[in-house]
Amino acid sequence: MIGGTGEPPAAPGRDPGLQAERTRLAWRRTTLSAAVVAVLAVRTALREAPSSGAMAVGAACCALWLAFTALAHARVREIQDASARGSRIRSLALPVAAAVSLCTVATAACGMWLAV
Amino acid sequence: MVPRMIGIIRNLRLWFAPQHLGEEGDTPDYRFSLANERTFLAWLRTALALVGGGFAVDQFLPGLRWGWRVGLACALLAVGAVCALRAVDRWVRCERAMRRGEDLPPTRFPALLGLVVALVALVMVVVVVLGPAG
Repeated sequence: MIGGTGEPPAAPGRDPGLQAERTRLAWRRTTLSAAVVAVLAVRTALREAPSSGAMAVGAACCALWLAFTALAHARVREIQDASARGSRIRSLALPVAAAVSLCTVATAACGMWLAV
Repeated sequence: MVPRMIGIIRNLRLWFAPQHLGEEGDTPDYRFSLANERTFLAWLRTALALVGGGFAVDQFLPGLRWGWRVGLACALLAVGAVCALRAVDRWVRCERAMRRGEDLPPTRFPALLGLVVALVALVMVVVVVLGPAG
């Protein structure tokens, strides 16, 4: 049961579990993983005598990483601002979750195009 | 199988009309939502690692035959894509279960993913050890 532990809700400004910070760092870690994938994608796209198609796909992977990072950064800011104000942190919006997931799927699709 | 399909279609509706999520049940303690968010991100990193593995196979095993290299790379990329989609689906289902005060939905996915990754790893070891002969 949610919230059934009997403990009072955390007072504003005090977060014993550092939930907000842990979540922010989780977003940062995820962006870093996405950066590694983007670097590998560009490396693949630029190997011996790249075709213009391969270069376009490499550029698309960079754009996807930028979109991913922008979404992640917006969420990090949202969490940071809410915890600085001591207001309730709104849960992640579904479109944001779907968008970062679709960025990953699109990068995988680019990888398949480059591999074949 | 059929209820599972209906469940997936229901979730898809939720994907495209997310305002319905906020109408259900009560908003849970934000700490639970953030924990769910971090779990989603951990799954997303798993997906990114698989996608990165696909790129790495394509890049760093040039000695492999074309078929094996492309097959292994595409397998890893496809598993990564499925993992990323599943991450959102799981996040939505957990969020909804928390709003309704229900138990979190059971899942077979981690076991399946473990088996698939083990299989890909095994194939990769065999292919790399046999090298040019494979």
